[in-house]
Parts: sequence; structure tokens; C-alpha cells
Amino acid sequence: MNRLERLQRSLSKKTLPSFEIGDTVRVHAKVVEGEKERIQIFEGVVIARKGGRNSETFTVRKVSFGVGVERIFPIHSPIVSRIEVVRQGKVRRAKLYYLREKKGKMGRVGEREFSQESKAQAGAARPAAGPVEAVALSEKAVPAGKA
Amino acid sequence: MTNGLIGRKLGMTQVYDDEGRLIPVTVIEAGPCRVAQMKTRERDGYEAVQLVFGEVAERKLGKAALGHLKAAQVPPGRWLREFKKVGEAQVGQVLNVDLFQKGDRVDVEGVSKGKGFQGVIKRHHYRGGPETHGSMFHRAPGSIGSSSFPSRVWKNKTLPGHMGSERATIQRLKVVETRPEEHLLFVGGAVPGATGGLVVVRKSKKG
Repeated sequence: MNRLERLQRSLSKKTLPSFEIGDTVRVHAKVVEGEKERIQIFEGVVIARKGGRNSETFTVRKVSFGVGVERIFPIHSPIVSRIEVVRQGKVRRAKLYYLREKKGKMGRVGEREFSQESKAQAGAARPAAGPVEAVALSEKAVPAGKA
Repeated sequence: MTNGLIGRKLGMTQVYDDEGRLIPVTVIEAGPCRVAQMKTRERDGYEAVQLVFGEVAERKLGKAALGHLKAAQVPPGRWLREFKKVGEAQVGQVLNVDLFQKGDRVDVEGVSKGKGFQGVIKRHHYRGGPETHGSMFHRAPGSIGSSSFPSRVWKNKTLPGHMGSERATIQRLKVVETRPEEHLLFVGGAVPGATGGLVVVRKSKKG
């Protein structure tokens, strides 16, 4: 199995943007329409990451005109050309499937769920990445948790 | 040259093709195989090439096997298999994955995973009976024949028994990628047997 694992690593993308569950991301996906190829952007919250090595996928959820839309992208697919982290989210679960039910109700619930993140985002508004942001997040997380 | 190679199944993974489509593949470590013996029409009554594959310590082999390989002056190997002769071949010659090209079709033979003693539903795809509504017939085979004629059970009647762990061949699998320097063959789809098991890869019989 060891040899296969090494092989699977070699089949993975060399550089991956670091993003976590709960982050809001913009996924640049290639779309082929007839002859032409263009890039379509899908923006939403990462609600799950599954699998490992070269078969890892992530699920992005957004609400479009009141309808929840989820897309599952294989991270290492050539179709996914770029992943931008718009803002980082503060969450306590590895899978955010509970968002589906929250959205289904009235906007109020959706708002609360978002308020958690928007507060987290307030701390992370600077487009910095990594540890700086992580510190800002943890500070803001306390009121967010109480709210 | 031969029409195939001996290999080891390394397991399954996935790759993307040129158009970005996801393809499930089985990775096979195929070769390098050495020619251990040539079967000739004069001596053996048929023509074939015997290949040897798999590194193994000398002490693991019996004297007969070791002597056979010594005679051919090839290092000790774990598995011996015969293949059709295609073109010229010599004892001691090394055969590699470059026998196969991307896009070729191959037949892959292996020993399927053992399933133990299984009933007719899993083993022969019987439909079984209703689970509820007072049914007392669930997964049993049911009637296995008629009465006065033939007064016996027909040969080849499908019944429960041992399943798997038998030779199985999957035909016309596509070669998705080859890596000659690593002796790797990526074959589209699944291949019989467990990871680490012996597989024989041949050029497709049906083209």
C-alpha cells in the first residue's frame, strides 16, 4: 500500500491553497461550452472535505435566489483552476450539514448562522492569510460563540 | 517478445484524462519479467515463452525451481507463467511495461477475492423471497428440480457453496497510462484479486 500511497501523492496537485471547513471560498472552475472554455466562479461556504490524497473532494454550498446550491469539487481536478479564500469561518464541526436545515427555514436562521461567520470575518477582514488571521479569529470567536 | 506480462496489483486510485474527466484505475506493477524458458514445437509440442517475475530470496525456492532458473541464468523469481510467443525471444531477455502503450486494450487475469461459503443470492444472483407479509421464504434456493423425471438433480444446478478465490479474467480493459521507468501500468476499471496479488496482463484477445 505504501507504494500506492506515494503514487497517489505524485498524482496530487503540487500546491494547494489552504482552506478549512466553514471558510467562504471562490472556486474558479473551467466550463466547456461547445468549443469555448471559460472560467466559472462558484462562491460559497465549504461545508465538507472528504477523502484523502489524490481523491480528496470538498463541498461548497451557497444560497442562490433562496435556493440552496451545493457543488462537490475534486480538489486535484484540472477543472478546479484556483481556489480563493474570501473569508475564514469559525466552526466547531468537520461537516456543516446542519446548514442545510437552517437555510431551509426563514432567513432569520440563515442570518444567525451567517452572523457567526460575519463576526469571524470582521476580525479577519484584512486579506492576510495564516497565523495572523487565526489569532484575530480566536479573539473574535468568543463573542460570536455567545451570540 | 510475448503477448503479455506478469504483474502485481498495487491497488486502485483515480486519474484525470486530457479532458479533465475522472477515470478509476487499477495500478499494476507489471514486469520487469525475464524469459526463463522457451517451449519449442520439437521438444514440448507447442510454442510458448515462460516468464519469471517477482523478487524472492534464494532460500525461499525449492531445489527444482532454483535449478530451473539457474539453468536459464536468471535470478530467483516468485512466479512463472507461460505466454504466447510473438516475434523473437531469447532466454534471459527482459520484458518491460513498454510492451503496452497508452490506449491499448488488455485482458487482466487474477485470482478473485475469496468470499467463503455463500448462499444462492450472492453467489448466483437468485432473487429470493419477500421479507415480510407472512412470507416464510426469504433467501433459500427453493426447488432444485422436478420429481419423477429426472428423479435426480441436474448437473450444474446452481446451489450454495464456496465463492471466489478462483481464476477470473476481465477483458478489454483500457491502458490509461504507463510509466516505464517505474514499471507501472494504469488500467481503467477494476481487476480481480486483492492488493498485492498476482495478475497476468495480456494484449486483448478481442482487440
